[in-house]
Amino acid sequence: MSTAQETKPVNLLSRLIDTGAHQKLLAFASLVALLIGFSIASPNFMQTSNMIAILQATSVNGVLAVAVTLVIITGGIDLSVGTLMTFCAVIAGVVLTYAGLPLPLGVVAAIAAGAFCGLCSGTFVAKMKIPPFIATLGMMLILKGLSLVISGTRPIYFNDTPGFDQISRGSLIGEIFPALPIPNGVLILFIVALSVAYILGRTVLGRYTFALGSNEEAVRLSGVNTDAWKMAIYSLAGGICGVAGILIASRLNSAQPALGLGYELEAIAAVVIGGTSLSGGRGTILGTLIGALIMAVLTNGLRVLSVAQEWQTVVTGAIIILAVYADMVRRKQAK
Amino acid sequence: MATLVKMTGIEKRFPGVHALKNVQFELEAGEVHALMGENGAGKSTLMKILSGIYQRDGGDLQVNGQSVTIDSPRAAQDLGIGIIHQELSLMNDLTAAQNIFIGREPRKSFGRLDEAALNARAAEIFASMNLNLEPKANVGSLTIAKQQMVEIAKALSYDSRVLIMDEPTAALNDAEIAELFVIINRLKSEGVGIVYISHKMDELKRISDRVTVMRDGEYVATVGAADTPIAKIIAMMVGREVKEEPLEVPNLSNAEVSLEVSDLNRGREIRDVGFSVRKGEILGFAGLMGAGRTEVARAIFGADPKDSGVIRVHGQEVSISRPSDAVKAGIGYLSEDRKHFGLATGMNVRDNIALASMDQFTSWGGVLDDEAMRKTAQDYIRKLGIRTPSDTQEVRLLSGGNQQKAVIAKWLLRDCDILIFDEPTRGIDVGAKSEIYKLLESLAAEGKTIIVISSELPEIMRLSHRIAVMCEGRLTGILPGGKDTTQEMIMQLATQREAAMQPDGGTA
Repeated sequence: MSTAQETKPVNLLSRLIDTGAHQKLLAFASLVALLIGFSIASPNFMQTSNMIAILQATSVNGVLAVAVTLVIITGGIDLSVGTLMTFCAVIAGVVLTYAGLPLPLGVVAAIAAGAFCGLCSGTFVAKMKIPPFIATLGMMLILKGLSLVISGTRPIYFNDTPGFDQISRGSLIGEIFPALPIPNGVLILFIVALSVAYILGRTVLGRYTFALGSNEEAVRLSGVNTDAWKMAIYSLAGGICGVAGILIASRLNSAQPALGLGYELEAIAAVVIGGTSLSGGRGTILGTLIGALIMAVLTNGLRVLSVAQEWQTVVTGAIIILAVYADMVRRKQAK
Repeated sequence: MATLVKMTGIEKRFPGVHALKNVQFELEAGEVHALMGENGAGKSTLMKILSGIYQRDGGDLQVNGQSVTIDSPRAAQDLGIGIIHQELSLMNDLTAAQNIFIGREPRKSFGRLDEAALNARAAEIFASMNLNLEPKANVGSLTIAKQQMVEIAKALSYDSRVLIMDEPTAALNDAEIAELFVIINRLKSEGVGIVYISHKMDELKRISDRVTVMRDGEYVATVGAADTPIAKIIAMMVGREVKEEPLEVPNLSNAEVSLEVSDLNRGREIRDVGFSVRKGEILGFAGLMGAGRTEVARAIFGADPKDSGVIRVHGQEVSISRPSDAVKAGIGYLSEDRKHFGLATGMNVRDNIALASMDQFTSWGGVLDDEAMRKTAQDYIRKLGIRTPSDTQEVRLLSGGNQQKAVIAKWLLRDCDILIFDEPTRGIDVGAKSEIYKLLESLAAEGKTIIVISSELPEIMRLSHRIAVMCEGRLTGILPGGKDTTQEMIMQLATQREAAMQPDGGTA
C-alpha cells in the first residue's frame, strides 16, 4: 500500500532519544568528563597501572550489574546478587578446597548454584507472585546465612588449587601483548557483557525480557508462558552471579563468607546510572558497563586525590541521584 | 420549586472529538432527574463539567440562578454540588467517619486529630439520613451498598443541594437497590436535587421524575418519566440512523461450527452462557456496560479463571486454563484496552507483530532471525495497510487504528482462525473505523471465525451476521443480523433484567 511510505521520514535524532541512547550519551560524557577532570587534578591518575586498577575494580561490580540489568529490564529487581555471589564463591570453595575436585568442576558448580538460586527467586516471583523486592530480599538473607553456615563462618582458601587466582588476576592479553596487561577478570566481564548484550538483542529470551518489562499482561495475553520465561531470566541472572562469585574468590584467593552485602546496591546504582529504567522495558548492557565504570572511576579518582573514604560515599550517593534526575528530566521532555 | 442548576448551550471538545454540542440540562430542587443515553453519548462528560472535573468550552452554567465558573471539584463542593462516581473512591482501610471527612478532619491544638468530634459528626449525618451505620466501621468490611451510603454521606457532609449519581446501582442487588431508593426519596423530600445516571430502564420508572436523553454529545429531549413509555425513551436514545450500506448476511448453515461454548459460568459475572459460531461468521455481542461480554471473552481465552464451561474448537473439546492454551487452539483475543492488554507499547511494530509467534523466528539456541521477522512484519504492514514509517517504529507512536491493525497482524501471523475483538474501534477515529470493519469482513470471507464485542449498536448492526445480547452475565437472546433486527429489539434484550424475566417476580 502506497500510504505506508507517506508519513514523514524517521527522525534519527528523535529515535536516538527514544531508545535511551541519549542517557547513554550523557553517561558516557560524564565518564569522559570525570576522566579528564581527575587527570588534570592529579598526574598519578592517568597511569596505565591506575587505569588497570580501575578496570580490575569494575570487573566484579560490572558482572553483577549485568546480571541485575536483566532482571530490572523485566520490571523486577534483584537484591540477592551480592550475597548470591558470595554463596557461589563458598560453593566453589567447598568443591575445590573441601572436596579437592579439579578446577573446572568448581567453576561449573558455582555457576550452577547461582542459576539454581536464581531459579528459586524466579519461582517466588513468577509462580508465587511475591513482589520481586520482597522475594529477593528474602533470598539475600537466606544466602547470607547459608554462606556462613556452610563455611563455618571462616574464609575458605584456594591455596591447594593451583591457577585459581589466575582466573581473575592473570592476564591472557598481557601474555600476548605485554604492553597491555589487562587482567583476565576484565576480559571475563567483557565476555559476559557481550554474551548478555547478544542475548538481549538477538534471542527470544532477550526479546521477552524487554516485552515483559514493557507490558507483561499483553505478553501473557499473546499466549506466551510469561512465568516460565521470567524464571529463565532470573536463572540466567543467577548464573552470572556465579561468574562474579568465581571472580571475587579468585581475586581474594579465598571465599569470604561475610562479604557480599552492599554489592547489590552498587550494582543497581551502576545499572541506574547507565540509563536502564527501574520501571522496566528499557535498558542496555553498554549503559550498565559505563555506569559501573563511572562508579569505579569515581571511587578511584577520589582516592587518588586523597579524599576521605567517608566523603567518597557521599559523592557516590549524590551522583546516583543526579543521574536519575537527569533521566527524569529527559523523560518529561520526551512526553 | 426552585431551579438548582441550569446548563444551556454547553460545548466541550477533546482532541479530535466534539464531545458536547449545545447541550442543555436543568435540575429542580426535590426532583430526581434521570440522564439517559448510550455509552459515549456525553452524560458523564456533562456531569464532570457540573462537578468541576472538566471545564466547559462554551455555554452558560447557573447554580441557584447565578452564572458560575466551576474550575475544580473543590469549587463544586463549595457550591453544594456533590458527585458519587461509578467507581467508589473510598479508602478501604479507613473508617466510615475518616472517609467522610478526609482532608478536613476536625483538629485539636498542635495538629492533633479530634477523633471524637469526627465520629460524632459522622453519626449526625448518618442520623439525618436515618441510616444505621457505625462511624467507626472499617469501610472495607462494609457491603457495596453500605459503602455507597458512606459516599452519599460524604457528599451530604458538604451540605450538598445537588447530588450526581453515576450508575449507583451497577453493583447492587435488588434489596440493596431498594435501600438506596429509600435514601434517595428521603433526600428528595428534603429538597435535594438528584441527577441520576443509569442504563437500567425499570429503575428509571421507579425513581425519577424527569428524563433527559442525550445522543452523540447532543441534547435530544426532556420528558416526564411517568407519562413516557420506555420504548419511546429507547427510541430517543438510539434514534440515529445507520448510514452504512446494508449488511449482507451470508448463508452459513452448511459451514462448520468452529467454536462452541456451553455452560460457561463465573460467579455473578457469567451465568450459564452458551453459544456457537461458524466458520466465516461474524457474531456480534451486544449489551450495556457491565453486561459480562468482556468477561465471557476473557474466560474463553483463559485470561481469567472460570467456574465451569465446555469449549469446543472445530468439534474437539479443548481445555483452556491460560492464554497460551487458547492460542494453541487457534483463538486470539484483541482486548478493548490495547495499551494495557494488547501491545508492548515500548517495543516496535516488528516485535509486536511477532510477539505471539516468536518460535517461528527462532533457530538453534534461541537466536532470533531478525531478517525473517522484518520481512514478515513488512508483509503484514503492506497487507493490512498499517501506516508507519517503518517496521522499527515504536507502536506507541502509531494512531489507534494502526495500533489495532498491528494487534490483528499479531494474531493473523499466529494462524489464529478464531478471533475475538473486544471493542475493535474504541479510540479509533471515524475514517479508520470503516477500514477496520472492511478488514473484519474480509477476514470472515477468508474463513476466519470472528466474534465482535461492541457497546456501539450501529457497529454491532453494521458487522454482525448474528447478534448475541447479554444482560447481567446472562445471554438474553441471539438475534439474526440484517435489517430486520432493530436497535430497539437489541435494547429490549440488553435491559431484560432477571426480575423482569420471571413471570411473577415483578419489580419491588
